[in-house]
Amino acid sequence: MVNLALAWAEAYQAIHPDIRVSVTGGGTGTGIAALINGTVDLANASREIKPEEETSAKRNGIQPVEHVVARDAIAIIVHPENPVSQLTLRQISDIYSGAINNWQEVGGEDRVIVRLSRETNSGTHIYFLEEVLRLGEKDNKTLFSVDTLLLPSSQGITAEVSDNPNAIGYDGLGYVTPDVKIIKVARREDSPYVLPSTTTVNDSSYPIARDLYMYTAGEPAGNIRDYLNWILTPTAQKIVFDLGFVPIAGNEFNN
Amino acid sequence: MEKTKDWKEKIILWAIRLSGYSAIIFVGLIFIYLLREGLPALGEVPLSNLFSSCWYPIEDFFGLTPLLAGSLIVTLGATIIAVPIGICTAVYIAEVAPQWAREILKPSVEVLAGIPSVVLGFFGFVILAPYLRLLLDLPTGLTAFAGSMLLAATALPTIVSVSEDALYSVPKSYRDASIALGVTEWQTIWNVTLPAARSGVLTACMLGIGRAVGETMAVLMVTGNAPVIPRGLSGFFAPVRTMTATIAAEMGEVATGSVHYHVLFLIGITLFIVTLLINLTAASVVFRKRQRSERILS
Repeated sequence: MVNLALAWAEAYQAIHPDIRVSVTGGGTGTGIAALINGTVDLANASREIKPEEETSAKRNGIQPVEHVVARDAIAIIVHPENPVSQLTLRQISDIYSGAINNWQEVGGEDRVIVRLSRETNSGTHIYFLEEVLRLGEKDNKTLFSVDTLLLPSSQGITAEVSDNPNAIGYDGLGYVTPDVKIIKVARREDSPYVLPSTTTVNDSSYPIARDLYMYTAGEPAGNIRDYLNWILTPTAQKIVFDLGFVPIAGNEFNN
Repeated sequence: MEKTKDWKEKIILWAIRLSGYSAIIFVGLIFIYLLREGLPALGEVPLSNLFSSCWYPIEDFFGLTPLLAGSLIVTLGATIIAVPIGICTAVYIAEVAPQWAREILKPSVEVLAGIPSVVLGFFGFVILAPYLRLLLDLPTGLTAFAGSMLLAATALPTIVSVSEDALYSVPKSYRDASIALGVTEWQTIWNVTLPAARSGVLTACMLGIGRAVGETMAVLMVTGNAPVIPRGLSGFFAPVRTMTATIAAEMGEVATGSVHYHVLFLIGITLFIVTLLINLTAASVVFRKRQRSERILS
């Protein structure tokens, strides 16, 4: 979500030239670690803070406060020439756990499946592990198949998927480029197959969506509170929409 | 006047001496720091876990075997590619090439050494890996082999310039004697010059390999980073995860002082020891060479 944070910072500084907002990337874990160490005012996070992170924050005298700032759909993407265009959550889970190894098993060509994932430091990786691979079941201990390629960036995943007809990947909707194909996903075998969009995320018919957060050290005050309030305004949520993320409910935009 | 000169001399000598020892001090301090941060891992993680074949740190699987094997196979591949090419290039530059070719080749090799590894990695990801996938009909081009090719490119300049120096230092009288016996140029190179420069060439290879083991950005971008233990020849054409890539990819995220943090430092220690062993081997070869030349001179 670094793109989103950058766009917000830029727009906000254009309205308030006296305020400086600096943004750095590196993944949710990096951001929360920086908040714990007191080097940042705001940590952008694409997952909720982990209990152990909260503990070490408290040890440093910091009480992290959570703010939902946008929503995001995780798109499942394949090569444009891949004939497969819809999958159930269970099938996606079986593909990533290594139970399904050939596109033929899900109605495609006779090709080996190459699984792509983000690195383990990415919030998207953790979300995908818990909600897709383990289907949201708390006691499910399924792991990614060991031959899953772990790529260091979202761009890396879209680049490899757009080039390789064997590949399947997942990425925040905002990162998906037009040269890959988005798969329709069904929650169960008998549910409808839906594409991710603002509408399908906000009416919960698209199953792989999550909240995006900003964490502050303690209740926000002063400039930080003003910034967070601004982020919830339609102006800032329009930026969310423009970047391909999903605005929080109540903000409807049209292309 | 004499006094100040004496005084200046002393200061300068001390400054030089201090810089001389500083390298040792830095290496020592870094190693102590690595030990302090890495050794606790041995107490926190059971050995059976460390030697297992599963690396998935966010669920406390800390098997180092796939990472060690990944680093070894990528480096081995790089050695197989870079050593023959490197030695041949050095022989060509030092023995065969006409003056004008030498003047183009030498700086070109140095330019290769100057390419930042992240640029090599980007090139590998965008051009080399897709090409390899089509050429060899692989499921994906992000493989150990792609990593080996990039590492070979980083090791080549070292191998070429150090072996070339070794070849230059072979006395001209050796070659003259050989030519006088009526053998061809190639026979002279293969049977006289190369064997005479053997230890220098070996050192060149070891230094090149030492450089390849520690290379990070290029392998992080093209090897696919899947923690699989490579099996046999097909392992070259499958994704692997190296020790360096693991540290680079995960260090930014870990909470300081956590088990995962200590294990990453333990990988650092392993990497440090491996490079140290390679460099020591290289140094011992150089040392033996000196002893022999001393024998000849005496």
